[in-house]
Amino acid sequence: MISMDLLLNAVVIGVLLGCFYAAVSLGLSVSFGLLDVPQVAHPAFLILASYGVFFLNDSYDIDPLLAGLLITPLLFVFGLVAYRVYYETFEKRGSDAGVRGIAFLFGIAFIVEVLIILQFGVDQRSVSASYIGKAWQIGDMRIPVRLIIAFAVASALTILLALYLSRTFMGRAIRAVAQDQEALQLMGANPVKIKQWAFGISTAVLGIAGALLIIVSPVDPTLDRAYIGRTFCVVVMGGLGSMTGTLIAAIILGVAESIVLSTVGASWAPAISFAMLLGVLAVRPQGLLGRRS
Amino acid sequence: MRRNGIVFWSGAALFLAAIFVATQVVSNQYPFFAGYVILQFIVLSVAWSILGGYAGYVNFGTSAFFGVGVYTAVFLVKATGAPLGVQIAAAAMVGALLGLAVGLLTLRMQGIFFSIATIAISIVIETSVTNWRYVGGAAGIQIERPPVMELFNNYVQMLFFVQALLVVLTVAIARYIQKSWIGRGLQALRDDELAAECTGVPTLRLKLLACVVSGALMCATGAPAAMYVQYADPSSAFNLNYSVTVLAMALIGGTAHWIGPVIGAILLGVTQQLLAVTISSEVNVLVLGVMLVLFVVAAPEGILGLVRRAGRYRAGGET
Repeated sequence: MISMDLLLNAVVIGVLLGCFYAAVSLGLSVSFGLLDVPQVAHPAFLILASYGVFFLNDSYDIDPLLAGLLITPLLFVFGLVAYRVYYETFEKRGSDAGVRGIAFLFGIAFIVEVLIILQFGVDQRSVSASYIGKAWQIGDMRIPVRLIIAFAVASALTILLALYLSRTFMGRAIRAVAQDQEALQLMGANPVKIKQWAFGISTAVLGIAGALLIIVSPVDPTLDRAYIGRTFCVVVMGGLGSMTGTLIAAIILGVAESIVLSTVGASWAPAISFAMLLGVLAVRPQGLLGRRS
Repeated sequence: MRRNGIVFWSGAALFLAAIFVATQVVSNQYPFFAGYVILQFIVLSVAWSILGGYAGYVNFGTSAFFGVGVYTAVFLVKATGAPLGVQIAAAAMVGALLGLAVGLLTLRMQGIFFSIATIAISIVIETSVTNWRYVGGAAGIQIERPPVMELFNNYVQMLFFVQALLVVLTVAIARYIQKSWIGRGLQALRDDELAAECTGVPTLRLKLLACVVSGALMCATGAPAAMYVQYADPSSAFNLNYSVTVLAMALIGGTAHWIGPVIGAILLGVTQQLLAVTISSEVNVLVLGVMLVLFVVAAPEGILGLVRRAGRYRAGGET
């Protein structure tokens, strides 16, 4: 039996961690949840963004969060181009796009992984900033400052994106294209352009997400494999395309991981997100707040 | 049809005879070491395409089945010292059960959901094995090879021949499925599952059957791998690279016919063996990724599709 203090500590850390998981899953929630692109390369792009932040921090001593902002426009353009390529090669051709689309994106993920290894090596990399390594003492609890920063920035990012999707014209257009593409076409809008824009946003948010990732823990090139489980678990459990659902699901995952970590042990940690994902897929595939069954 | 069968079986017999003669004549060990891996990938990619190609369910859990095969053998060797034949048979049975479980669990999932679920199954099993002390846990386990049968000079050559037997068995099963009503039913459910169901194709049972057969063959081919490297550890036995490599081989070759994955496995397998010797394992993975992307974009039907298109073009030019 574990003590109440330990459990409380685990839950607090879990909630903070969960908000961070929401931030790294937001892009996937847009690209997979709203646009139906089987974005298995999302975690690989996330790690790529982290290495971009590492590079700026390491060679020019730029603050990791600022570095994340700096690479955001680059990632946005990258997303625009990537969706164009994906659309022209798969969605436009129609039939059997699913099988080959997944294979294609997995191939891209592997290429990204190897390119990072060839450029930066297989060692773990981390960034330096004044707030990393410090901790806040609240009662008996010690909470690392980097987790609190990740929590704050991640929450802000999630709220901003949710507001963007519900309040702005473009955001509503993106949700409209997810609901009924043909109706949108009949209104005289070009669904491909809207989807391209949305995909750009889904990679642009990786700038900040990648910065948070490397602030929270050191990264290595094959870390994307663990994040396949985490990001897809969060997005599927949250209900495809729901930002609120993404946040709730991410907190559930964070708390579950944190509790298992402090009770059973670290060796079971990799399986938690995947096991939860399996459970959700088998029992409630539409997620907590799904947009369709 | 009948003549076709005779050609196939005499080809298979010739293949096995050639392999056997090679194990008796060639004394250099390296070709057997490299060849074993290629044969193993032929089995895996042909078995993969029974579910992934004919039925169109992209299975990313090849690593799960392969790893379970490896650890079934490890467990049996450690617990009872069972001989290789028993290990393979047991692995096939465990694989069939695992395939059934995967099939039942993922019945309602399609497309990307099925693929993600199979990755998840692989990681969950890997983590369980990592925490299983008896078979070595995360650190892995050393395995001693028993003395070799009298027919062969050494153990690797015997494993090479055993793997060739598995190749023939797998191809024969895939060929049978492709030619029978099972294959036609699987193709129907790949094109349109709802329409197939409506016209009386037992889609559920066919999917389960494909999962079971494909799983049993993948597990069976994993069993000798423990003996081959004399060592097993969870992170290499359940490596996601197996899943993607096998998928790439099948798609590069083309999945419409059993010969497609065979061609893909030989092409990619030989390339990888050459690269692993001359350059590095990172470049190896890079080549895998680039070839997968190139083929998926430029040759959606794989090499088989290219050949067919070339044939049609020539026929069109003559008339």
